[in-house]
Amino acid sequence: MNYKMFLIKYAEIGTKGKNRYVFEEILCKRMRARLKPLGKFEVKRAYGRIYIEAFSEYDYDEVISKLTGIFGIAGICPVSVVNELEYDSIAKELVAFIGREYENKNFTFKMHVRRNNKTFPIESMEMNSRLGGELLDAYENEGLSVDVHNPDVMIDVEIRDSVYIYSKIIPGPGGLPVGTNGKAVALLSGGIDSPVAAYMIAKRGVEIEAVYFHAPPFTSERAKEKVKDLARIVAKYSGPIKLHVVNFTECQLAIYDNCPHDQLTIIMKRIMFKMAEDIAKKDDCQCIVTGESIGQVSSQTTFSLGVINEAVDMDVFRPLIGLDKQEIIDIAEKIGTYETSILPYEDCCTTFVAKHPVTKPTLDLIQKSEKKLEGIIEPLYKEALETVEVINIR
Amino acid sequence: MEAYFDNAATTRVYPEVKDIMIKIMEEDYGNPSSLHMKGVTAEKYIREASEIIAKTLKVESSEIFFTSGGTESNNLALIGTAMAHKRKGMHIISSSIEHASVISTLEFLKDQGFEVTFIGVDEKGIINLSELEAAIRKDTIIVSCMYVNNEIGAVQPLNEISKIVRRKNPEIIIHTDAVQAYGKIPVFPKKTDIDIMSLSGHKIHGPKGSGALYIKNKTLIKPIIYGGGQQKNIRSGTENVPAIAGMGVAAKKTFENFDEKIENIRNIKDYFIKKVTELPEVYDNSGEAPHIASISFTGVRSEVMLHALEDKGIYVSSGSACSSNKKTVSGVLTSIGLPEERLESTLRFSFGEDNTIEQADYAFDVISKLLPMLRRYVRK
Repeated sequence: MNYKMFLIKYAEIGTKGKNRYVFEEILCKRMRARLKPLGKFEVKRAYGRIYIEAFSEYDYDEVISKLTGIFGIAGICPVSVVNELEYDSIAKELVAFIGREYENKNFTFKMHVRRNNKTFPIESMEMNSRLGGELLDAYENEGLSVDVHNPDVMIDVEIRDSVYIYSKIIPGPGGLPVGTNGKAVALLSGGIDSPVAAYMIAKRGVEIEAVYFHAPPFTSERAKEKVKDLARIVAKYSGPIKLHVVNFTECQLAIYDNCPHDQLTIIMKRIMFKMAEDIAKKDDCQCIVTGESIGQVSSQTTFSLGVINEAVDMDVFRPLIGLDKQEIIDIAEKIGTYETSILPYEDCCTTFVAKHPVTKPTLDLIQKSEKKLEGIIEPLYKEALETVEVINIR
Repeated sequence: MEAYFDNAATTRVYPEVKDIMIKIMEEDYGNPSSLHMKGVTAEKYIREASEIIAKTLKVESSEIFFTSGGTESNNLALIGTAMAHKRKGMHIISSSIEHASVISTLEFLKDQGFEVTFIGVDEKGIINLSELEAAIRKDTIIVSCMYVNNEIGAVQPLNEISKIVRRKNPEIIIHTDAVQAYGKIPVFPKKTDIDIMSLSGHKIHGPKGSGALYIKNKTLIKPIIYGGGQQKNIRSGTENVPAIAGMGVAAKKTFENFDEKIENIRNIKDYFIKKVTELPEVYDNSGEAPHIASISFTGVRSEVMLHALEDKGIYVSSGSACSSNKKTVSGVLTSIGLPEERLESTLRFSFGEDNTIEQADYAFDVISKLLPMLRRYVRK
């Protein structure tokens, strides 16, 4: 039998003061959108909580899988609802509920009754002991016992216009509802790091757009498909992603032809950052997100990061900056991008990466090299931005 | 212009193949095992297909078994034979340049306790016959050697191989993966003295998911798929009638005007190789097969060249298409001793009866324009 109702717990929204209403509304909106294809549900805010009520049959696993991908949700409690405000009905359902929920009843519990509806005649304390007694009568021989200080399971019974019984909390992803913290442009490469970075920023409530730099024939159509697949996985959490595909070949060749090879990556990234900034400004994004982590490759030394950063005015957020590769892989595996990330298609640059790139570039040095691009790169830059392919990933 | 030069990866089905498949799916959709008319009609398609294929190989139709393709045929041939003969011995001989569906199957058999010897090849990709002879033992039960190599088109001397094997140990089962040979060069297992031969439908303008295995009468083999006992218990499962009939029609069409068609394909291949190797630092690694040209463009990574050609409507493969999503340097090219810089700059152009000399000219023009540009951009 499916639950008629879920109680949604959220952590940080509660601390947001006056904005709380807005945050809750956005979270509800996200839930409504995700649940819509799965059945008839009503998502409502009541008594300072968010409830989902089901009005049709639905697939439990599908619903839980959708809800555990929505940022802002700390936990999901499947709720049993008793409509009659009668002690006997409540007790009967409580015993049945615990019977269904826990096959193994060798655990300790504590009753936690709240009587918000004061027309109900029995007080909370008395309800606690009477209902606890009913459970012990039913399941004590199977190992069930009471522990009011450190229970394995807290059993909640809320008495309102109906009675709500719940005990399990399915953990949600945490974070904040997407759309409550502005918008970012994430650089997606097709590797392991960048989708994780986009995920982490989305988790803080930021809407995501993405930029991918495509360099045919040096990168393949499959590499682009792979980036689309990665964006699709991230979009399961972040909601729809507007993916900008920039054809970067001409710019890359111009850099190759005119600049010292050991500086190619740095100069290339500076131009990519500028393009991302232009796209971000045009689409009202406030920041750029990258998957860089200190020291991972030569262009991610503190020297290189500094020089690259100088290319743009906009804030660049690097949520993975202090993580080890394995820590990044662990998150990638958890969110489901890892398997796709490791597919072996060329990313944009292996042809162009120098065998011994600079690791301690100075801004002075790089700017001198960039001088050689003056008059050459501008039309290519403009052309690349004018021919961006926009793909809406859902 | 468009030029599909990837016919060793797969081919376009003949219109007649499509027609018969649609007819079967729409009208004659019965289960060949059913006792009623619909079943009998379906069964007739299978009989016809096996008769056509048997005729092209000059064998009995009772010696043809249908599978889901070359990979399954190779699996059934190797695992089925190994299981049926393991009491006699557990030693298997194969070559170092086999298709992944043979190599991986042999790796599996290794895990099951079989011993496998891989015989090396010379710089043309031809198996070393004296090494083969020396490797044959009393407990050898299978010698498996591909007929035509899928990457470079080397044609193995199967006649000599079978003679050597029979002389040293007549009980050995000889298997050949003839997926790239069937429909390209004359293939007659009885004359060549081969016991088991793998075929694929989609390489000869038949549908994907169709394949066959020639198993000489009285050859002991165990099934690898168990079920309702179809196809004399060798390959259970309701027969894929549309695919089987499609493969039959494809085989029939392939062998119409065979010599003329093959000559034409070979002319295109030779013409293309001749022109393209006139360009600086372009090398030919091709074998004798009429349809496969393996060309190294030194200084350009094969994937880059592939995508640059794709952009101009020319479709080719790097490595072999079936395994190109694994990023490894080709085992075949390594085995024939290609130098490092050619290993990663080799493309396969494979021709078919739809191709023309004009397409070869077009590809040559495109390549001669692309090469100088692409060669400028290398890692430094």
